[in-house]
Amino acid sequence: MRVAGRGLIDRSRSVPFTFDGVRYAGFAGDTLASALLANDVRLVGRSFKYHRPRGILTAGSEEPNALVTVGVGGRQDPNVRATMQELFEGLEVRSQNRWPSLGFDLMSVSDLAAPFLGAGFYYKTFMWPRAFWEKLYEPVIRRAAGLGALSRQHNTDVYEKAFAFCDLLVIGSGPAGLMAALTAARAGADVILAEEDSRFGGRLLAEVEEVDGQPGADWAGGVIAELEAMPNVRLMPRTTVTGAYDNGTYGALERVGHHRRRRPHLPLECFWRIVAKQTVLAAGALERPVAFRNNDRPGIMTAGAVRTYLNRWGVSPGRAMTVFGTNDSAHRTARDLVDAGVHVAALIDSRHDAPASDAFPVIRGGQVCGSQGRQGLESITVRRPSGEERIQTDCLAMSGGWNPSVHLTCHTGARPVWREDLLAFVPAENAVPGLTPAGACNGEFSTAGCLRDGRAAAARALTALERPVPEAGLPVAEDDPYRTDRLWAVAGKGRAWLDFQNDVTVKDVKQAAVENFRSVEHMKRFTTQGMATDQGKNSNIAALAVLADATGREIAETGTTTYRPPYSPVSIAALGAGGQGDGFAPERLTTSHAATVEMDAPMIEAGLWYRPSFFRRQGEKTWRQSCDREVNMVRRSVGVCDVSTLGKIDLQGPDAGAFLDFVYTNTFSTLKVGRTRYGLMLREDGHVMDDGTTARLGDNHYVMTTTTAAAGEVMRHLEFVHQCHCPQMNVRFISVTEQWAQFAVAGPKARELLGRILDDPLVPGDWPFMACGAVSVQDVPGRLFRISFSGEHAYELALPACYGDALFRQLVSGAEALGGGAYGMEALNVMRIEKGFITHAEIHGRVTAFDIGMQRMVSQKKDCIGKTMSERPGLMDRGRARLVGLKPVGAVKLITAGAHLYDREADPVRQNHQGYVTSNCFSPTLDGVLALAFLQRGPERLGEVVKSVDHVRGIETLCEVVDPVFFDPEGGRVRD
Amino acid sequence: MTELTAKSPCDGLLPLTIGSVSCSETVFDAITSVAPYAGEAEWVSSALRGQIGAEFPAPNRATGTAHNRAVWSGRDQALVLGPRLAEIPGAAMTDQTDAWACVALDGAGARDVLARLVPVDLRDHAFSQGHAARTLIGHMTCVLMRTGENRYGIMVFRSMARTLAHDLRLAMEAVDARR
Repeated sequence: MRVAGRGLIDRSRSVPFTFDGVRYAGFAGDTLASALLANDVRLVGRSFKYHRPRGILTAGSEEPNALVTVGVGGRQDPNVRATMQELFEGLEVRSQNRWPSLGFDLMSVSDLAAPFLGAGFYYKTFMWPRAFWEKLYEPVIRRAAGLGALSRQHNTDVYEKAFAFCDLLVIGSGPAGLMAALTAARAGADVILAEEDSRFGGRLLAEVEEVDGQPGADWAGGVIAELEAMPNVRLMPRTTVTGAYDNGTYGALERVGHHRRRRPHLPLECFWRIVAKQTVLAAGALERPVAFRNNDRPGIMTAGAVRTYLNRWGVSPGRAMTVFGTNDSAHRTARDLVDAGVHVAALIDSRHDAPASDAFPVIRGGQVCGSQGRQGLESITVRRPSGEERIQTDCLAMSGGWNPSVHLTCHTGARPVWREDLLAFVPAENAVPGLTPAGACNGEFSTAGCLRDGRAAAARALTALERPVPEAGLPVAEDDPYRTDRLWAVAGKGRAWLDFQNDVTVKDVKQAAVENFRSVEHMKRFTTQGMATDQGKNSNIAALAVLADATGREIAETGTTTYRPPYSPVSIAALGAGGQGDGFAPERLTTSHAATVEMDAPMIEAGLWYRPSFFRRQGEKTWRQSCDREVNMVRRSVGVCDVSTLGKIDLQGPDAGAFLDFVYTNTFSTLKVGRTRYGLMLREDGHVMDDGTTARLGDNHYVMTTTTAAAGEVMRHLEFVHQCHCPQMNVRFISVTEQWAQFAVAGPKARELLGRILDDPLVPGDWPFMACGAVSVQDVPGRLFRISFSGEHAYELALPACYGDALFRQLVSGAEALGGGAYGMEALNVMRIEKGFITHAEIHGRVTAFDIGMQRMVSQKKDCIGKTMSERPGLMDRGRARLVGLKPVGAVKLITAGAHLYDREADPVRQNHQGYVTSNCFSPTLDGVLALAFLQRGPERLGEVVKSVDHVRGIETLCEVVDPVFFDPEGGRVRD
Repeated sequence: MTELTAKSPCDGLLPLTIGSVSCSETVFDAITSVAPYAGEAEWVSSALRGQIGAEFPAPNRATGTAHNRAVWSGRDQALVLGPRLAEIPGAAMTDQTDAWACVALDGAGARDVLARLVPVDLRDHAFSQGHAARTLIGHMTCVLMRTGENRYGIMVFRSMARTLAHDLRLAMEAVDARR
């Protein structure tokens, strides 16, 4: 119910929303949780395992119960914590994990079966038959147990990622965080203040205690106003710092659009990577519940949350309140409620020396040992030395003490330290380099203590930043000592909940100890305590305390489980922001792309490049028809193909030739100017890295080509070799891949076509095979190389890329006039297989020059990268699988790449393996299937028949072993 | 025969203005890589000053003005953006005019747009006018320069122009939508 005169809400602005289809209204400034409580909605969810009715427990991101689904369709967002969802007009929310409705959930029968469903039940029960696990048990369990569901539709929301940098990152804006930010900002440091909440102030917004003579919220507002006006401060509300990483890097999730109606292009969330020289962690503390029988009923909340709802949102979660605490802060809750005019039936304090009050009855040395009510709290049972009694109440506020939020200090491996005086873990010294914890997360619980600690942490950071620390007084605030009773679980029968979200009870933890899961990590996995979306924020410490008790150890000795990022859930969509659709990877498009698409050519990816598979012409129904036509076209007239994607590296300098001699197996320093040579490159381990042609354009000037997908790798290799092996060589190189649009013009009519395009006629004697030189097209200077990957009389013509589109169109129309046309990757591949030319299908990283029959290309007159290593024992063994050609000779005419080779009569099993097929095609030129393969002792077995077996596709083919050069072995056509 | 017409890398993709930030293609008469040979750095730098009035840039720096600029692009290497250069003895030079898509990002909020894509500290004192970086923009390698108070030069491989325009557009829309 709403309480008059309290709260930081705007009561003049009513905000309508729906929950499970029912219309409600809250006020501007409300969260979904505060608005539901104001409307007396107590039942908001069902628990994960037993489907028990649950209500709101907390007022922050640690909320384990009030998980709801916001939105519908592709924009459906499950597991939103009602405590974090700000209210806005039109908000539509549904409860989850219930069927058919929240009030009547058939799945709650599993609660009746609870005696059988204890910890480890699934592990022990669904062991056999083994096949049932995936097909039956898991689907059934998944349906019964659960959180919200995805819509299974494409998410159309926008998410983004961003980077930020600062001198000081302050995490949290309670008194410690505000004081740290203010101190550092006044000293001129670049400050980022990240606050998980929509409003800055932390606990100051939830308490009535004054700071410097004014309400805490007002003081916080004043500090924020000062910070906002400073150019060196960046305020980041709704931003949860989710992880601490190396070198001062932090991950943070900003909720950009969750609190408003969807707006085009506005991201829902932004995942920040913040790099900070120094960090102050002022993450505060989380109040822990006390475990007692049926402590999970809607209406039972943490005492601090009740205070927050009252003071920040003007909401009392009940009309007849009770409070159960082990420490003084519980008394504040009762005091504030009474001050607001809410009836407090009793405060039960487990301490015998608890302070008394005139305003409300205090039961000293009492414990709440049970609760009653159907779908919400109706009464509690209080036990004291004199006996048990029932007290009517609709809301119990409980406080078992406070746990400092040490999470981020543990993300790089540090373990928190137990402090017996606080009965809590605090951060270890220097847990994260550059990070100073301050305030409640550091075990300092009074407001004055937090202000002091925040200022001291900022001073430490400023000193590290080599900035002077400004002199300033501290605001006056309460400085009450913190003391709490040791009470984790109230003894007694029945189920006392520790982990509300994963339905783990005190009994489950004790059972883990009984079954010898004594390590806290084992207990966690056995019981699933701490494994839900709240990651045990409400339950970890109590659970390990119960475990410590059960195993007879100290809490310090028992230790905590490992805190890992993220601090609170981060949607995958935010982590992967920008990676949807076209953002997945850069698309590299050639200059002929538009023309190619216009010609109805399907594109395939080659690395990041897009290249045409084939050019479909009218009447062609299959890719094979197009491919066959293109092959015949090149072999009979002329074809044009964009080869700009091949890597082109320009090398210049007096030592360019010597450098090439060192990176290639063969010699380039002796190549004549105006000539091109095929080269083979080895990795340092002696295996083949890449191949390609290199042209000598001048005395000290070469252009190397690489395979399309290996261009980056070769460039990196050249840099490595130059910088590390031969820095004394005076050579400079740079990629010119993108500068040139380069087209292969191949076929018997290639010269004729080029004659129509080039400004000057090609004099045959000037352009022998492997010649290169300058040409021009309409006075644009270009380069011509007489090289061939098709086995035909062929050239590659290069012009600056801005002319690529125009040149391609001219070449294609010229070729078509001669009975030719454009050809794609399929035809290119067929022609290179016909010629036995290798690609990275063959030089896949595990083959040597010897294996591909190119050992003679490794010059004996000089050294080169990889030469010595290629001479290791075994790398030139005759028995190795070596390159051969295959032709089908039996009834089956299909050979598939990936098939394995066996002796004709051998069983096709691993022990008899003789080799494998790397490439295959149908050759229209030779009217049959051809394949390239690696076969043990291959070149010695020409004429033999072997068996190719494709176990995956179920194809078995008898093949004749032949020379890998199927077509024109003398090479007459290319020289013609 | 039809005329050989030239197309710029961002032909049909830019300009683009969203909110206060605009993105447009910058076309230079020439882009030339200049890589001094061993021991020739000073000579090459003075030759460059003679031709474009700007010296050979130090790592992560750019020298010169709008259409007479040299930007560091790697070890012993700079890209000269502007006029076509006469040969400089003592340096390896290549024509890179058509190899790069060059884009200017301009306007209040340009830095916020880049913060979505570039993992570099772009605060005033860390990346001021005359500073440059070889870094990433989205998934692409790039040359980034600060050329004005709210103006940046971005260069990516020509083939990636469409992806650059795509990534910038999404970042510009997201930044503008927050206003």
